[in-house]
Amino acid sequence: MVQAVNSALDNMLSKDEDVLVFGEDVGYFGGVFRTTDGLQEKHGAHRVFDTPLSEGGIAAIAFGMGLNGLKPVCEIQFADYIFPAYDQIVNEIAKLRHRSGGEFWTPITIRTPAGGGIRGGHHHSQSPESQFTHTPGLKVVYSSTPYNAKGLLISAIESEDPVIVFEPKRCYRGPFYGDPHKVPTWSGHPEAEVPDVHYTVPIGEARLVNEGNDCTVIAWGTMVHVCEEGIRQSGASCDLIDLQSLIPWDREAVVRSVKKTGRCVIVHEAPKTSGYGAEMAASVQERCFWSLEAPVTRVTGWDTPFPHTTEWDYMPSPQRIAEAIRGALEG
Amino acid sequence: MNNDGCETPIRVPSAPFRPGESASFEEWSYSPSDLMMPDPLSCEPKDTIPHSTGLIRVLGDDGSRSGDWDPVISDSDLLIGLEHMVRLRIFDDRMMKMQRTGKLSFYMRSLGEEAIAIAQTMALEKQDWIFPTYRQPGAQFVRGRDMVSMICHCIGNVEDNVKGRQMPVHYTYREGRYISVSSPVGTQFSQAVGVAMASAYKGLDEVTITWIGDGASAEGDYHYALNFASVFRPPVILNVVNNQWAISTHANLASGSSTFADRGLAYDVPCLRVDGNDFLALYSVTKWARDRASAGLGATHIEVLTYRAGAHSSSDDPTRYRPSDEPDVWPGGDPIHRLRDHLISVGAWTEEKHRDLEGRIDSEVMAAYKEAVKFGDLAQGPYPSSDTIFTEVYSDVPWHLQEQWDEMNRLGGD
Ligand SMILES: Cc1ncc(C[n+]2csc(CCOP(=O)(O)OP(=O)(O)O)c2C)c(N)n1
Ligand SMILES: [Mg+2]
Repeated sequence: MVQAVNSALDNMLSKDEDVLVFGEDVGYFGGVFRTTDGLQEKHGAHRVFDTPLSEGGIAAIAFGMGLNGLKPVCEIQFADYIFPAYDQIVNEIAKLRHRSGGEFWTPITIRTPAGGGIRGGHHHSQSPESQFTHTPGLKVVYSSTPYNAKGLLISAIESEDPVIVFEPKRCYRGPFYGDPHKVPTWSGHPEAEVPDVHYTVPIGEARLVNEGNDCTVIAWGTMVHVCEEGIRQSGASCDLIDLQSLIPWDREAVVRSVKKTGRCVIVHEAPKTSGYGAEMAASVQERCFWSLEAPVTRVTGWDTPFPHTTEWDYMPSPQRIAEAIRGALEG
Repeated sequence: MNNDGCETPIRVPSAPFRPGESASFEEWSYSPSDLMMPDPLSCEPKDTIPHSTGLIRVLGDDGSRSGDWDPVISDSDLLIGLEHMVRLRIFDDRMMKMQRTGKLSFYMRSLGEEAIAIAQTMALEKQDWIFPTYRQPGAQFVRGRDMVSMICHCIGNVEDNVKGRQMPVHYTYREGRYISVSSPVGTQFSQAVGVAMASAYKGLDEVTITWIGDGASAEGDYHYALNFASVFRPPVILNVVNNQWAISTHANLASGSSTFADRGLAYDVPCLRVDGNDFLALYSVTKWARDRASAGLGATHIEVLTYRAGAHSSSDDPTRYRPSDEPDVWPGGDPIHRLRDHLISVGAWTEEKHRDLEGRIDSEVMAAYKEAVKFGDLAQGPYPSSDTIFTEVYSDVPWHLQEQWDEMNRLGGD
C-alpha cells in the first residue's frame, strides 16, 4: 500500500508540473511511513520537500498554493496531528469557493495516515473522519487497499475541490483481519495488484467486497478487512460494502444492498457518538425503512480516548462484528 | 540535484550533511569568558542581544570552569547531578533493550541531552512546575520519582499510573509537579504560560519551566507562548532545545532566523543561548531566569544548543538521513563526560569512583526492571483491566458510556 501511494504521487508529479508534494519528513527521508520514498530524488527538492513542523502552516501554504494555480499534495504525519490545521481546513480551505462567490478555490489534497492497531495510544491511533465529513466544502475519502489507495489519491489530486485522504496506517504493509498476532502482507491479495500507470477510483463510488443476501455490512479503512473476518465468523451471507468515499458517498449502492438484505450493520473505528456511522444509519432508515427487518446497528470504537495497552479491547473486533450480524439476523 | 535552494525556484534548505558525506562542525570559538552575566533584576531584553547570538558556557574545552556565568553550586550537588545523568543513560539503555525484546512498545532516549532537564530542574525550587516534552524524563529523578513506577509506565502494565493509556515515555508525576507528557508536539509550551499566570494570580512563588524542540518551535504554540508571556509577564522559563534534528528534518528547516534564541527578542523577552551539554552553564542560566521570574519580571527565553546523539525513537533509523559519524564530531561533546572530567580535575571525583557509580546504577536499574516486570510486560501481560478504557474520561460516567462499558464486559472484555 505504501508503494501504491508512492506510485500515485510519482504518476502525478510526472504528469503535472503543478503538483507539489510536501510535509514533515516527506522530502529527503521519504516520510516516516516511507510513502514518499525516492520522490525528492526523482522530481527535485523544489517539488517534493520537507516543511517546518507546523500542520497549521502546511495547510495554510497549501491553501495559498492551490489558490494560485498549483496542485499541492501535503501530508499530515498522523491524522491525530491534523488538528493544528483544523482552522485552516474547516474555516478556510473548505469555504473558499463558496465565500468568494466562486471566484477563488483551492483544489488541494491532504493525505494523512489514520486509525489504530499500531500500539499508538491516544495520539497515533485516532480516526477523525467525521470531523471532516461534517464540514461542507471538503471531499473525504478513506482507502483500504493498495488498489484504492492509489486510485482514490489520483482522483483527489485531479479533483477541483479540496480532498482529505485518510490512509489506514495499520494496513500500509498488509491487511488486518483483527488478530494482532497475525501480520499478513499484501502479497497475493486481489486488491494488491496495482498498475504502474495512472488510473483512478472515482470519488463517490463504493466498492462491493463481498456479496451475500442476509445482511449489509458497511465499513471503510482497516475495518473493511476486520469485517471480512467478522462476516466469516458469523457464518452469514453478507454484502460487504467498502464505502471508500465518505463525502460524497455512494448512497445508491448502500440503499440497493439494504433493500435486498433488509439488514444493516455499520462498522467504524472512531467513537460511536456523532461518528459517520450515524449518518449511514439515518440515511438507511430514511430510504429503506419499509425493507428493514431489523434495527440498523453500529459496531464502533467506544466513546473514549484511544488506549495504548488495551487497544484490542477498544477497536471493533471480528467477534463484535459477528455478534452484531447475528443480532441483525435474529431481528 | 542541488537542494540548497540556490538553483530552485523555491528556496528549500537541506541538512548540512547527509549520509555518505563526512560531517564536520567548526570547533566552537565560544569560550566561557565571552559573555558577561547581566544583573538578573535590572536586565532589559535588549541587553541580552549578545547572549542570544553567542553561547553561554562555563565548562571550557579543557574541563575547567570559568567566566561570569560560573554558578555557585557545591561539588556534592554536582555529584548528584552527575549521578542522575548516569542514571538516565543507563535507564535509557535498559528501556531500549526492553523495547527490542518486545517488553514495551516504543521508546525514546535522551542520549546526549541528559544534562538539560537534570541541571535545569536542580536549579529550581521544589514548588516549581515542570512542563516537559518526551525528552526531559530526567527531571523526574531530580524530583525523586521511583524508577519502578517509571518502568511500569513505559510497559503500560497494571502498575502504570496512567493505566496503559498513553505510549511509553509519556510520564505523569503529580507529586513532582511534572505535568503529563502529551504526544502532539509544542502544546505544552503555551499551556505552561497559563500555569505561570495562575501562579502569579494566586500570588505564589512558583515558576514554571517548559521545553520545546527546535522542530516543534515551528508550531503556533511556540509563538502563542512567547506572545502571551510578553504581554502578561508571568513567571515562566521558555526553553527551545535545539538538538539539530526533528526526526529527519534538520533544524535549518524549522526557522530561517540566525539562532533560535534571538527570535524571542522580537517579543521583548530576554534571550539566552546556552551550551546544552554544559551542566554548569545550564544550571546558571536557569537560576538567572528563575530569579527574574520570581521577582515578577516575567519570562526568559533560552535556546539550549545540543545534539540528539541517538535515533529520534525506537522506530527511527538516523543513518538514512545523516552521516553516522555526525554525533561524534559534534563539538559540544558528551554532557556526562564533561562534568565527570571537570569533577576529576578539581579532585572531587575519580575514574574509579565513576566506574563504581556506573556499576551501582546498573544494578539499581536492573533491580528496578526486575521488580517492574513482575507487574507485567507488554509481551506477556498482565495488562491493565479494559475497564480503564472507560474510567476518567469524564469526572463521572455518563449513561452512554456506562452502556458501552457494560457492552464491552458482556462481550468478554477482561
Ligand atoms: C503536532 C505533531 N506533529 C507531528 C508529530 C510527530 N513528531 C513527533 S516528534 C517529531 C519531531 C520533533 O522534533 P523536535 O521538536 O526537534 O524535538 P526532538 O524530537 O528533537 O526532541 C514529530 C514530527 C507530533 N508528535 N505532533
Ligand atoms: Mg529536535
